[in-house]
Amino acid sequence: MISDMKAEDIMGEYKETTLNLYHSISRKVLYTEIETPYPDGKLIVSTTTPEGVITHVNQSFIEMSGYTEEELIGAPHSILRHPDMPPAAFKDLWDTVKRGEKWQGFVKNLRKDGGYYWVKATVIPNVRHGRVVGYTSVRRKPSRTKVEECIKLYPTLF
Amino acid sequence: MTFMFTVSPDFTPDHLSGWYIFNTWLQKQTGEGIHLEMYNDFQNQRQAIEDDKVDLIYANPFDAAMLVREKGFQPLVKAEGVADEAIIAVNADNAVEDVAHLSPGVKVAYTEDPDVQMMGMIMLEPGDLDGNNIKPQLCDSYVLVAKHLLRGDADVGIFLAEAYDDLSSVIKKQLRVLVRSQISVIHHALMIGPKLQHRRADIEAALLAMGQDEKTRGVLNSLGFSAWNKVDDEEMEFMIDLMDTLVI
Ligand SMILES: Cc1cc2nc3c(=O)[nH]c(=O)nc-3n(C[C@H](O)[C@H](O)[C@H](O)COP(=O)(O)O)c2cc1C
Repeated sequence: MISDMKAEDIMGEYKETTLNLYHSISRKVLYTEIETPYPDGKLIVSTTTPEGVITHVNQSFIEMSGYTEEELIGAPHSILRHPDMPPAAFKDLWDTVKRGEKWQGFVKNLRKDGGYYWVKATVIPNVRHGRVVGYTSVRRKPSRTKVEECIKLYPTLF
Repeated sequence: MTFMFTVSPDFTPDHLSGWYIFNTWLQKQTGEGIHLEMYNDFQNQRQAIEDDKVDLIYANPFDAAMLVREKGFQPLVKAEGVADEAIIAVNADNAVEDVAHLSPGVKVAYTEDPDVQMMGMIMLEPGDLDGNNIKPQLCDSYVLVAKHLLRGDADVGIFLAEAYDDLSSVIKKQLRVLVRSQISVIHHALMIGPKLQHRRADIEAALLAMGQDEKTRGVLNSLGFSAWNKVDDEEMEFMIDLMDTLVI
């Protein structure tokens, strides 16, 4: 459920790279330097299976990612993976939630049109009758100061 | 046996008599003795919940997690078309255009309403503000939050959106909204405690039917809405998870 990005979807000048997702699937991604600002007052919400496959997205998620709901449901969450995000961040995310704990971090996400947006994300396990049935992530508007710190820090983590 | 019903203290004062009318309807409908106890503050209500005195509650989203996970409450219904949203407002004369322009040390007025406080603080985060670098001004009501802004005693006010919209136009003209939340999935819910749970299905059915009947719709109108909508266990769990992601 995840395919290479297509040049006709991209807005503006882009670079091209290949990501190794799920440690096995490779995906060609096309990305630009165009930032979409996080909308004031909104939350971006998604829910996944225990494996990270998207099962629910809200309207803000759809608008900010640029994909349709049909394209998102059933896709692995790495459909938003931006090449500037260090793999260590997602390893920490998964290690944390698999321990049953809450993870929080700043994430640069890739849009379908090649652009990006920064979020402050929190991921928690959904526990039902004592079992983890999935994960929910809620993103909010990050402070610019924190984003600037990440822009400096993340390239050093590769 | 008499059961106890209570309403989250963040209810609008205009609806006080509405809750008594609703409780009378509820007693007649269920044939149970139900006593409505209105608490003026969150602390006393929390204590009553802690002491297992409460059997039915119109709960704010912040308390819902504790009610479900620690006290075995189950959701019944929510008010149709009513979501909890928050507003960040300033005095109209304030030059600030964006939360990002606010600085540490700003005086922030808010009420004890826990979910509104939480949503408000989240909306202040993009300005690098948090509980440690603001000067809090706790107010007893949203009208007092507005007064603090008008008098210049506070720089920023956090409002329940509904309460802000209900302010008089004279007051609103002197204020300016910086951010209005559009979360739409955080809401109050009527919840039922362990001692009444054997009646959950029939009470819920009666509540859902209220919006259909003209007479009972009048009871709901006095509470400020026109129908109850069902809240199932999974919807409540989803909201609790969502609240969990927001508390830090
Ligand atoms: C609930 C949840 C939300 C996630 N949100 C994102 C996201 O917004 N952006 C992202 O790149 N990865 C997100 N991830 C992590 C991805 O599942 C994935 O680990 C990451 O994109 C790295 O890709 P890979 O694991 O396929 O190598 C999320 C994971 C979970 C469980």
